[in-house]
Amino acid sequence: MTAYSLHPQVGLRDERFGALAYHYGNRRLTFLNDARLVRIVRSVAEYDDVDAALAAAGVPAADRLAYLAAIARLHQAEVLVARD
Amino acid sequence: MTDRLARGLDAPICLTWELTYGCNLACVHCLSSSGRRDPDELTTKELFAVVDELAEMQVFYVNIGGGEPTLRPDFWDLLDYCVAGKVGVKFSTNGSRITPAAAQRIASTDYVDVQISLDGADAATNDAIRGDGSYAMAVAAMEHLAAAGMREFKVSVVVTRENVGQLDDFLALAGRYGAQLRLTRLRPSGRGADVWDRLHLTGEQQRRLYTWLVERPQVLTGDSFFHLSALGEPLPGLNLCGAGRIVCLIDPVGDVYACPFVLHEQFKAGSVRDDGGFAAVWRTSELFTSLREPNSPGACASCGSYDACRGGCMAAKFFTGLPLDGPDPECVHGHGEAALLQASSSRPLVDAGHSHRGGVFVPLTRRT
Repeated sequence: MTAYSLHPQVGLRDERFGALAYHYGNRRLTFLNDARLVRIVRSVAEYDDVDAALAAAGVPAADRLAYLAAIARLHQAEVLVARD
Repeated sequence: MTDRLARGLDAPICLTWELTYGCNLACVHCLSSSGRRDPDELTTKELFAVVDELAEMQVFYVNIGGGEPTLRPDFWDLLDYCVAGKVGVKFSTNGSRITPAAAQRIASTDYVDVQISLDGADAATNDAIRGDGSYAMAVAAMEHLAAAGMREFKVSVVVTRENVGQLDDFLALAGRYGAQLRLTRLRPSGRGADVWDRLHLTGEQQRRLYTWLVERPQVLTGDSFFHLSALGEPLPGLNLCGAGRIVCLIDPVGDVYACPFVLHEQFKAGSVRDDGGFAAVWRTSELFTSLREPNSPGACASCGSYDACRGGCMAAKFFTGLPLDGPDPECVHGHGEAALLQASSSRPLVDAGHSHRGGVFVPLTRRT
């Protein structure tokens, strides 16, 4: 599994619906519509891989694929970067 | 998601901050009727205090404009102060002060972006709106930015009846300098009220613009044309009026308005000089609280397109004398036209604001 961290040029701002992420490099705004997803994004750099981050955030097995898809979209949007 | 945003955020996503009413141009459609500086404009110290507050509220970036913001002697200091506080800046300029050295400075940080205003793809079309010499001024600025290695700066065009035929030329022009094209809607705000009748798009032009935009999602619009989404699939963007919900305006004297296009007493929420500063205005002002209530579709309730266009632009309705809970004057189904015929006598009176007295143009000079 891939390990991620927050892109160094991204700012995160908590909102009632989750959070907003703004990328100062490509100047794109991304909406994170889920409080658990926000917790994962904030802590993902502390874990050796994305599965460990999901487990630590208490993601139920049934929701795992949906969260992995959300993480993949955030990676594509350069909110998250893959790390070795 | 749109409903959540319509209820408002703890801080704006997109804040426009006009630093001065002073301008060395006198564009016929200026939304803030700029020309002369106001003696009561925020001091440097007050500007910095606003930046501190924006940083505290985690406002990611501000859209700085004017007037011509670079005419303020403290403009570049303010830019540095924003960058130091991690508040990103995108500023709008006519290009007159974008020297090669200024361009280098802009290109040196990711936290600063710039948009050059241009309202014609050739000098004749542009200068008829923005004044003699203004096309050459903008092009020189673009050359300096490109030479400094600034990538993806913006070329910002207010679409009018006169320039809507040049969209492909604008795109090619921006492309030549590695810039992105940004199109926005002509509003009957400020001096725009005087020219709106003759410069706003015809119905046919609106339909062509919509198709052109759908085919070119890379063209930025700042969500300006969401009323056109009633023509078919929605345009990219949030497609809602963000006034007081996700956007607002701070004017040069520190007054806070619901959006950049409603500089009128009725849409003033407070001042950054009030107790509690900008945050209190944003979070608790009566006006912004009421704008975040679900709004009634009013006369548009029976129209099948309301979910797509949401009744259009508040500023366009207000300054053409239309009720705020009815159709946009440029409603794509033509519902605005009948309303306009009845409303022509109820347009709000707007004074000349800070326009140059007697319409005198300040000579265009460029620092080298």
